[in-house]
Amino acid sequence: MTLLDAPAATATGTAAPLAPAARLLPALAAVYRAQLARAKVSRIPLLFVATFQSIGILVMMRGVVDPGDNPSAHAVVAGSAVLVVAFVALNLLAQYFGRLRHTGGLDHYATLPVPPASVVLGTAAAYASFTVPGVFVTAAAGSWMFGLPMGRLWILLAVVPLAGAALAGLGATLGLLAPRQELATLAGQLGMSAALLLGVLPASRLPVPVQWLRDLLPSSYGVDAFALTFAPHPDWARVLLDLGVCGAVGLASLTLATWAYRRAAH
Amino acid sequence: MSKAPQDCCTISGLVKTYRAGGTEVRANDGIDLAVRRGEIFGLLGPNGAGKSTLVRQLTGLLRPDAGTIDLLGHDIVRHPERAARLLGYLGQESTALDELTVALAAETTGRLRGLTRAAARAETADVITELGLEPLAHRPLAKLSGGQRRLACFAATLVGERPLLVLDEPTTGMDPVARRAVWSAVDRRRAERGTTVLLVTHNVIEAETVLDRVAVVDGGKVIACDTPGGLKALVDGHVRLDLVWRHDAPTGVPAVAALAERAERTGRRWTLRTTPDEARELVAAVTTGPAFAALDDFTLATPTLEDAYLRLGGRHGGLAR
Repeated sequence: MTLLDAPAATATGTAAPLAPAARLLPALAAVYRAQLARAKVSRIPLLFVATFQSIGILVMMRGVVDPGDNPSAHAVVAGSAVLVVAFVALNLLAQYFGRLRHTGGLDHYATLPVPPASVVLGTAAAYASFTVPGVFVTAAAGSWMFGLPMGRLWILLAVVPLAGAALAGLGATLGLLAPRQELATLAGQLGMSAALLLGVLPASRLPVPVQWLRDLLPSSYGVDAFALTFAPHPDWARVLLDLGVCGAVGLASLTLATWAYRRAAH
Repeated sequence: MSKAPQDCCTISGLVKTYRAGGTEVRANDGIDLAVRRGEIFGLLGPNGAGKSTLVRQLTGLLRPDAGTIDLLGHDIVRHPERAARLLGYLGQESTALDELTVALAAETTGRLRGLTRAAARAETADVITELGLEPLAHRPLAKLSGGQRRLACFAATLVGERPLLVLDEPTTGMDPVARRAVWSAVDRRRAERGTTVLLVTHNVIEAETVLDRVAVVDGGKVIACDTPGGLKALVDGHVRLDLVWRHDAPTGVPAVAALAERAERTGRRWTLRTTPDEARELVAAVTTGPAFAALDDFTLATPTLEDAYLRLGGRHGGLAR
């Protein structure tokens, strides 16, 4: 029982009983299901765009990066795959929440007895899971083009939800805090551009200040974790550490998004 | 205002001020209201009168600057989050539901109102049948016409029963069939469950037909509150004469020239509120000779809520017929 489920104490004693509030997990599941259905209706073309964009970058980078077992090839393939997550979870989610806030759509949720975390987490999870096919297609295509092993692509099952949580939380926060709808769109696009530039280029070749920026971007840890698994003998401790950082940032950014939602809804 | 036990909602001294472009706007300027349990209560007024601001405070979306709101024994100013567990709200926007199918929009809303999945499904199926939405159940809201989308949002409002329904212009854009479906569904809930309905409207015909009582809101204040019949009694003894000219009014006719000063003129339509005796004389004057040749149509009618609203000092052209 949460606080919201507890019967309300009333001064008069004649108050009408309150209908039960929606609980966190069932409400989250309902939002997730609805958002995923919504994505299927209207976002499939955008998933194609996201995937083609990443494959296009792979083709382009194939001209300048040697294939085979080298850190640059690992970084390009991992960065392009995680870029699909950034496109949908950061960019599209920032636009979605920006539109919802500025067209009064948040009122719908704010007049239902639903925990804010259910709306934010359910929507973020739907956007993140919507990217899974695109990420796998990009990773497989990249591995083939750069002659990298495909045996450890299963790591994406951890990378997508963790990087997805971090990027979706960031996207939702940007969308909900943007004072104007166009600024939400702009922030989402800029976030995705950052994920593109900082994620796809090998970190070791970036100037030091840009490397610091890269460290600030939550998706970088997902890219690094994935890139490490292309090595013949991956350093699993570092993979776990990167995934852990990604998860911690994800938790923080989703908490921030929930706070932003409360602020925007009332 | 004291709260009688049969009141569903009591509002007193409600003040809400906005800052818009450096100036202070009093959207609600000391509103007092009591809505009784089981009644269909209307807020009638032109756009910008403060109706939606009032409703947004009642639903917990806005916090008032001053005043109290009691909803079924709960203090909504202190506990705005309780409103969602006491009322179902149909706002003017549907963006949160636009890309869902009608059935999924209603079912999801029911689940977020605390229903189990099975209960939300069962209620959704019932409501969709009740409102005649079966042919549209699996189409996304964004692909529907404005009226159909409104009806779908109304369906979502009904899933997950609440003792109070707050409906902000629910029938905008609807055809007569959909309107009838809405009012039958409202009547059924009132008869079977004693549901109270608070309706925001600027449509006088709708207000006269469906409301038990109506508060006329203008400039952030309630300027009158009574039954539609009671409000119309304010303009008892008057009738409304509408004259529609084919082209320009024949102001060469003395009776018409005299009217030109007094009539409310909207294009080719002249509207005049007057006594039955004078109306008879005017009808006689315009249905003969050159005036009649220039006349396209005329109607003589008993007063409506719009006439009462204007008598109360309301603005011309603010309400829809």
